[in-house]
Amino acid sequence: MEPMKTMKRREAISNSNLLLLIAAVIFVLMYGIAILCYPRSFFQYQTFFDLFSLNAALIIITLGETIVMIGGGIDISIGAVTGLVTMCCAVYLESGNGSIEGSILLALGIGIAFGLMQGFLIAYLEIQPFIITLAGMFLANGLLTTIHKDPLNVTMPHFVRLRDTVIVIPWLGTMNRLGNFIPLEVKPGAIVVVVLIIVLSVFLHWSRFGRNLYAVGGNSQSALMLGINVKRTKFISFVLCGLLSGIAGFVFIMTTGAGNVGNASGFEMKAIAGSIIGGTMLTGGVGNLIGSPIGALTLLTINELIRAAGINSNFQAIASGLLLCLFIVLQSSVLWLRRTGGFKLKGT
Amino acid sequence: MNKMKIRNYQAFLPLLVLAILILINLLKGADYFSISIINGALYGNIPNILFGASELVILAIGMTLVTSSSGGQDISVGVAATITSSVFVRVVLNAHEVTLMTVLGAFLVSCLVGIAIGAFNGTLVAIFNVQPMVATLILFTAGRSIAFLIDGRLSPILANRITNQIGSVIPGVPVQTPILLTVVFILLFSILLKITNLKLYAQCVGINQKAARLNGINPVSVKLLTYIILGVCSAVAGFIAVTKAGRHDSVNLLRFIEMDAILAVAIGGNALSGGKFSITGSVIGAYTIEVLNRTLLRLEVGTETIKAFKAVFIIILMIFASPVARGTAAKAAQWIRARFTGIVRLPASKKAEASEGSKADVSVEKEV
Repeated sequence: MEPMKTMKRREAISNSNLLLLIAAVIFVLMYGIAILCYPRSFFQYQTFFDLFSLNAALIIITLGETIVMIGGGIDISIGAVTGLVTMCCAVYLESGNGSIEGSILLALGIGIAFGLMQGFLIAYLEIQPFIITLAGMFLANGLLTTIHKDPLNVTMPHFVRLRDTVIVIPWLGTMNRLGNFIPLEVKPGAIVVVVLIIVLSVFLHWSRFGRNLYAVGGNSQSALMLGINVKRTKFISFVLCGLLSGIAGFVFIMTTGAGNVGNASGFEMKAIAGSIIGGTMLTGGVGNLIGSPIGALTLLTINELIRAAGINSNFQAIASGLLLCLFIVLQSSVLWLRRTGGFKLKGT
Repeated sequence: MNKMKIRNYQAFLPLLVLAILILINLLKGADYFSISIINGALYGNIPNILFGASELVILAIGMTLVTSSSGGQDISVGVAATITSSVFVRVVLNAHEVTLMTVLGAFLVSCLVGIAIGAFNGTLVAIFNVQPMVATLILFTAGRSIAFLIDGRLSPILANRITNQIGSVIPGVPVQTPILLTVVFILLFSILLKITNLKLYAQCVGINQKAARLNGINPVSVKLLTYIILGVCSAVAGFIAVTKAGRHDSVNLLRFIEMDAILAVAIGGNALSGGKFSITGSVIGAYTIEVLNRTLLRLEVGTETIKAFKAVFIIILMIFASPVARGTAAKAAQWIRARFTGIVRLPASKKAEASEGSKADVSVEKEV
């Protein structure tokens, strides 16, 4: 009886949740260290919310990447698609007869178009996702440079107003050195991020598609035998990811206000790293949409920490790499311990 | 016999693509194959392709092996090559005078670094059971900064006679040196595969790790070995790249080559999920990519649009190579054949016979 009980307790927490827990603990630890080392800058609400405001696009991309990774795929085109969306929006807004609604539609349209194309090729023609999304990355990059090569600052008055909008939260703020109270300012991008995280995690947790996605990612063969439409599930996951990169593109340009060739370049790897730190596994079926933003935030906090410490910026990348290494080893040893632990219990 | 057909299809597709690309080039201008001699060395389109693709070929070979054994790809090869070449440059620049021995020694040191990098990635993959892409993401993130720290400054310049000759032409030899190095490398590698069991072991581990283990193959050491070999490949590629460029630019050296290397493996008809592989296919795939790049340049596609064309090309190629498209094509061919033979052979009145005949046909097809 006794071992049965312990086994039940052990299995009460799923792999997804365990990895999420680890990620959350490490993030809190990291932020705690940051506060201890640099209390003046990190012990401010503004610093914390700036992580959201300034990196909203990256966090949204991470959500999309996580959805695809849970389904057992990988998408490395998202950064390039986001860049393409920012440039298209910038060109459209600068063309003279652009409107903000139109640019939102344009952003979503481009994102969905890429999602549809890649999803169809991957799900229905069964081509390896890595290669197709690599081609998607090349395509988006090529289109981006074809459309416009030079940095393009959007000067449309409506858009500038939108870009400069900040939401003031008066009850959270900090005193500056002179004793004046500065209320907390949040960019609209941060709100989009929070809404998306809530909506998507609810969607993934309680909708039929979400459960199908976990099943397909875990084992597509048995999912097929359970009567799940594997192809459609994969297809939808890629379309969703494309849609999210469209949204991310608009949020990006809403934050920076300029189209640039270098926009969002390299985001795909950051998003993958963030998802992994947040407890998503590339093999699929394991992951959590709340974990991924935490993973992304952990990486961003490290970067902020190194910036605050004033060390050579090259150490930023090295520290990110080390952190990633630590997480990967930690995850694999935790999973290994769980496996062997379960094995022992069966034996006794 | 039909199995042979399928296997040939793997090498057939990249070769067909290569042929089409060369045809396009010939249509553009008939002087495509023309070779001129400048300063005692051969120049022209073909030597340029061989020259340009040398690093890619070497990396694609290593990548094929890794893909086969671990069922995943190493995305840190470009970065690994940058690190090893930064060590190479460092050692060469620290030497009092650059002789052939110092260059050789520096190259060996960079190979050791490559082995260390391969062992690091391989340990994560083989012992910690991390997916290869995730494991190599670590170096991918940190590597270029490490290379910069080893350099100590922005793009140190390699200005001496020997490395220049390795990067371009040795007087008296009519072929550019990187081409020779690539050929030597391919020869050495094929000898390695010929005289050792490496290929068999890597395929075994890639197809079924547990079965390989039960047959007395240690999957951990095989995987580790393939990663170490890829590390050496990166060192060689980095050596060639840095001698070609004459300077070590830690930010842009061999940038995005990992994507091209993986693409070469895929175009060569190898499954990215591991198992059976063909080095020949990957080598052809690598040259195909280089030919494609140069064809697009030759067709005067703007540099900014090249990537989009490349993407469209890859997508079309992958659609043709995809199992579903192949299956559909086979089914269509079968349908047409059945249609024709049905009309010709069977009268409409003998329905029973017809259905029997078609059943027999189906069973035959299944056996095929």
